[in-house]
Amino acid sequence: MPTKTKTVTASGAENAASLSKEEVLRYSRHLIMPEVGMEGQLKLKQAKVMCIGAGGLGAPLGLYLAAAGVGRIGLIDFDAVDFTNLQRQVLFGTSDVGQPKISAAADRLRNLNPEIQIDTFEAHLTSENALDILKDYDIVVDGTDNFPTRYLVNDACVLLGKPNVYGSIFRFEGQVTVFGYPGGPCYRCLYPEPPPPGLVPSCAEGGVLGVLPGIVGTIQACETLKLIIGKGEPLIGRLLLFDALGMKFRELKLRKNPECPVCGEHRTITKLIDYAEFCGIRGEEAPSTVTNIPEMTPTELKTRLDRGDDLFILDVREPHEYQICNLQGHLIPLGELSRRVHELDSSREIVAHCRSGKRSAEAVDFLRKAGFRKVWNLKGGILAWSDDVDPSVPKY
Amino acid sequence: MAVKVIIPTPLRAYAGKQESIEVQAATVGEALSGLTSKFGDLKKHLFTDEGKLRSFVNVYVNDEDIRYLQKDQTQVREGDTISIVPSIAGGS
Repeated sequence: MPTKTKTVTASGAENAASLSKEEVLRYSRHLIMPEVGMEGQLKLKQAKVMCIGAGGLGAPLGLYLAAAGVGRIGLIDFDAVDFTNLQRQVLFGTSDVGQPKISAAADRLRNLNPEIQIDTFEAHLTSENALDILKDYDIVVDGTDNFPTRYLVNDACVLLGKPNVYGSIFRFEGQVTVFGYPGGPCYRCLYPEPPPPGLVPSCAEGGVLGVLPGIVGTIQACETLKLIIGKGEPLIGRLLLFDALGMKFRELKLRKNPECPVCGEHRTITKLIDYAEFCGIRGEEAPSTVTNIPEMTPTELKTRLDRGDDLFILDVREPHEYQICNLQGHLIPLGELSRRVHELDSSREIVAHCRSGKRSAEAVDFLRKAGFRKVWNLKGGILAWSDDVDPSVPKY
Repeated sequence: MAVKVIIPTPLRAYAGKQESIEVQAATVGEALSGLTSKFGDLKKHLFTDEGKLRSFVNVYVNDEDIRYLQKDQTQVREGDTISIVPSIAGGS
C-alpha cells in the first residue's frame, strides 16, 4: 500500500494544521532551524496580522510577512501609488503608478506567496471601523504616517488587547517598539499627547531617506514574527532608536504609566474618540494654522510681473529646495526669517512663497505682525505655479 | 559636570545642526536650560509657555525616562548622556 500523501490545495490556508509538500519546500530554510521548525512555521501559518498603511513601512513589512508564510495578512490603505512613492515603497513598480495601493500590494504579495490569504481594505482607518477591522487579527502593525491614526491604532489595540508593533520614521531616524502587550506600556504611556499641528513635519514635508523605512519596517516584521513563534526577546518595554546617518542603534527603557488614560489604573478613555480633534486638526492634511493671510494666485503674480510691477519675491524654503527649482526669489528659510528680517524692505510689495503655500503663510503672518503691510502669500506655492503658469518648473 | 545632550533629527535645525551638545550641569533641568539659553529657538519646541516640558517630548538620562526618576531635578553625573526623544509619526 502506498502511503497516503496530503492533497495539495491552491490555498494552504485551507489546512492550517499541516504544511503541504510545496509549503515544506518553500519554508525549508525556516523548517531546518530549530527556533522556527515545523512548530513555528505552523504558528506562522495560523497567524493573522493586520498591517496599517501600505507605504514606506508597510512595503517591507508586507513582503517579509508574506514571504515568511504568515497565513493571513490584512492590508488597509486608501491611497493610490504615485511617482514620489517609488523612491522607497519597494512593493510597487513604475507600472503601478495611479493604481490603488491596496490592489497593487495584494497582487505583489499573492505573486510572492500564493499559499497565504491577503485581506484588503481600501479605506481610511477610522474610529467607526477600527475595532471591527482589527478584531479578527492577532497582531497589529502600525505603519501609518500621521499622529491621529497612531493614537487611533494604539487605543483600538489596547481596547481589543492586541499587541501593536510600532515603527515611525523621520528623515534618517527611526523608532521601533511593541506596544499593547498585556502588562506592557502603550503609545500613550510614552507620549500622552501629540505635538500641535505643524510643529513636526511629515515625510512629505521633511523628506525621508528611502532605505530608512526599509530598515525600520523590516525590524517591525522581525518583531512580528518573533511574537508569533514566541521566540527571542521582543521589544516590549524597550524603545529602539535608530540613526541611519550615525549608523547607531540605541535602546531606552519604556515603562507602563500608571496614570495612562487608556491603559492605566484609572482609565478615562474606554472607547475610541475623535482623533482629528484630539490632535487639533481637521482631517489628514492639516491646513495652515494661520488664517486671514492675504493671498496672490500664481496667475495674478505672473500678470503683475509681466506688467513690470515692482514685486519682491521672497522664497522661504530651504537652500536644497531652491536648487531643485526656484522663481529667482530672495531666499530666507522660514526658520531664519526672524533674525534676517532686516534684509527685507517693508516699503516694497513682497510676495512670499514656499513649496505648497503653508510655510510662506506662516512667513506672511510673521511679517504682518512685524509691521509689514504690503505682503502676500503665493497661493499653492511653487506647485501651483507649475500647474498654472509654468509647467517646466518641476514639482517635488 | 560635563554631560552630553543628544539632539534628535527634528530639533537639530534649532540647535546649530549639531547631533549632540556638551553642557555643564548638575541636574537635567540645568542641562536643558543651559541648552535653551545657548539655542533660543529650541525653547518653544521643548517647553510650553508655562515652562513645562512638552508632552510629546521625553527626556532620558542614559536609558531611564526622567518622568520615573526625579523629573527635571534628576541628578546627572560626569559622562552621563541625556537624550531628547520627541514623538515622530512618519511611516509612508
